[in-house]
Amino acid sequence: MINLFSLKKKQEAAKEANDGRPPVKKQSAGELRVQKDISELVLSKTTSITFPNGKNDLLNFEITIKPDEGYYTGGTFVFSFSIPTIYPHEAPKVKCKTKVYHPNIDLEGNVCLNILREDWKPVLSISSIIYGLQYLFLDPNHDDPLNHEAAEVLRDNPRQFESNVKRSLAGGYVGGHHFPRCI
Amino acid sequence: MGAMDTGNMEGRWRDLDYLLLRQGNIVGPGFEPAPEIRDFLQDDFKVLVIGAGGLGCELLKDLALSGFGHIDVIDMDTIDVSNLNRQFLFRMHDVGKPKATVAAERVMKRVKGVTVIPHHCRIEEKPDEFYKDFHIIVLGLDSLEARSYINSVVCSFLEYDADGTLDMSTIKPMVDGGTEGFKGHARVILPGVTPCFHCTLWLFPPQTTFPLCTLAETPRSPAHCIEYAHLIQWGQERTSETFDADNPEHMKWMYEQALKRAEQFNISGVTYSLTQGVVKNIIPAIASTNAIIAASCSLEALKIATMCSSGMDNYMMYVGTQGVYTHTVSYEKDMSCIVCSLGVPVHADADSTLDQFMKQLIADDRFSGKLSKPSVSHLGENLYMAAPPILEEMTRENLSKSLVELLGEKGGTVNVNDKKLAGVLRVQVAFSDAASEPNAMDTAGAG
Repeated sequence: MINLFSLKKKQEAAKEANDGRPPVKKQSAGELRVQKDISELVLSKTTSITFPNGKNDLLNFEITIKPDEGYYTGGTFVFSFSIPTIYPHEAPKVKCKTKVYHPNIDLEGNVCLNILREDWKPVLSISSIIYGLQYLFLDPNHDDPLNHEAAEVLRDNPRQFESNVKRSLAGGYVGGHHFPRCI
Repeated sequence: MGAMDTGNMEGRWRDLDYLLLRQGNIVGPGFEPAPEIRDFLQDDFKVLVIGAGGLGCELLKDLALSGFGHIDVIDMDTIDVSNLNRQFLFRMHDVGKPKATVAAERVMKRVKGVTVIPHHCRIEEKPDEFYKDFHIIVLGLDSLEARSYINSVVCSFLEYDADGTLDMSTIKPMVDGGTEGFKGHARVILPGVTPCFHCTLWLFPPQTTFPLCTLAETPRSPAHCIEYAHLIQWGQERTSETFDADNPEHMKWMYEQALKRAEQFNISGVTYSLTQGVVKNIIPAIASTNAIIAASCSLEALKIATMCSSGMDNYMMYVGTQGVYTHTVSYEKDMSCIVCSLGVPVHADADSTLDQFMKQLIADDRFSGKLSKPSVSHLGENLYMAAPPILEEMTRENLSKSLVELLGEKGGTVNVNDKKLAGVLRVQVAFSDAASEPNAMDTAGAG
């Protein structure tokens, strides 16, 4: 290896040749992988994506879901995605930016979706998470509640739940909480 | 002075000289015993230690006592009272001071003749050129993110000749140590030659996470209560503040909330230190594990620097839970690693447009049929994204730009994605000299 270090001079010459060029942004492995995920994304007509920081920041984006069936038909729900630099070793951080009356989403926007936490695997992708989120609106689940009150109503009185959701989407109060209109 | 003045002590370097002045059966390639090797180690060789914590303190001490004369150390942390049991370079009155600064000062005081330069900052704050200056980098880190970052920096230094031969002078050797309780590892990474950190990322177990609804509805353990306070309650009750794990008031609040919740669910075992452990993901550190791993790392650094012995190939694990168990494995490079692999060399005309270049790739036999609608990026810039439509639109204008405009005079590595590819395809773009090879496109392109 001592031979390796005697080549140091050559390296310094190369360094000079590089001078004058602006320093380049280093890409994390997570960024490389999310590029692949995003370049292959096929979104259904109920879903759209935006990149608030422009085309070169794929680590932060927003997914908008407008369910066309189920309790939440007609609503518009925005989720922020934040991709860790060691993605896919770690799952993306996803928050619901729209205040929603939903058994599996709390009023702060935390989402209870298994693949976002305990069941995350590196083979999953951004696409899998989007499917998961769409599914939450088609089939809200009272067994895994984050919003306890909403879960109880869904379990005990689905009709009441349906009308509560309608009221929340139109902009109104449910159980003492105000939900901004999102239709 | 006297006894502590090790710089001038008779026979100070006797043990090192045994290694450097004698021939042996297991010396590294090209090793010729000579006194100049020690001079090289003490006068010219520059080593960077990343991290001045549990492993870092041991590493600095070991490297200095092994004869390394110029050491830099970088650490963003300040000294906490809980560090003092094992981070032996620090004392009670150092609490609150930067680890790097104090560590450098102490090592220089105790080991005469060594220069330790501290850097109290994040590793991302240093330009890449900073890291290029060292002959070797020794890592004493506790996070995947930091390892992953430094790995991508050193891998980006690699340069290849036109025929794909690695330029050996661009290799920045790394020695990585890691400990968790009674377990640890030491490994040698020669980027481009042995597996890089990312090649073997799968070695690291996934972080344990609890389902949010379990935390919210059916907590069963003290950790569940702490995570509830951390992930849910903070956001509910201190909406406008960002939680800072190093702020004692924040941590105390977290502990109190967790304790209340634990009482509510009849769970015992929530303590302040457990709260810190769960929130900061701390596993109790064992001083002896750090000492063993740091010793192994320092020895490997010495071998790489002097070639006095052949190096570790390439990963040593240590388990000290029942007796002492070690095992050394030679992991293999991931030939398609998105961080360290060479990529497929492709010759292109500097003046061809991105659109023409992509057509050239699609027609290239080596990717037979695997490319149909490729997306291309280069150093953090998305040159063309085939999907989703919003990105396609934002990147479409690049299709008519020339490669030299997009990649610079020397070409470079581009990452190609396509539905039919299992992973990211790395392509090394070299510009063919259009003047001397008028048919460069024909000879290098579709084939």
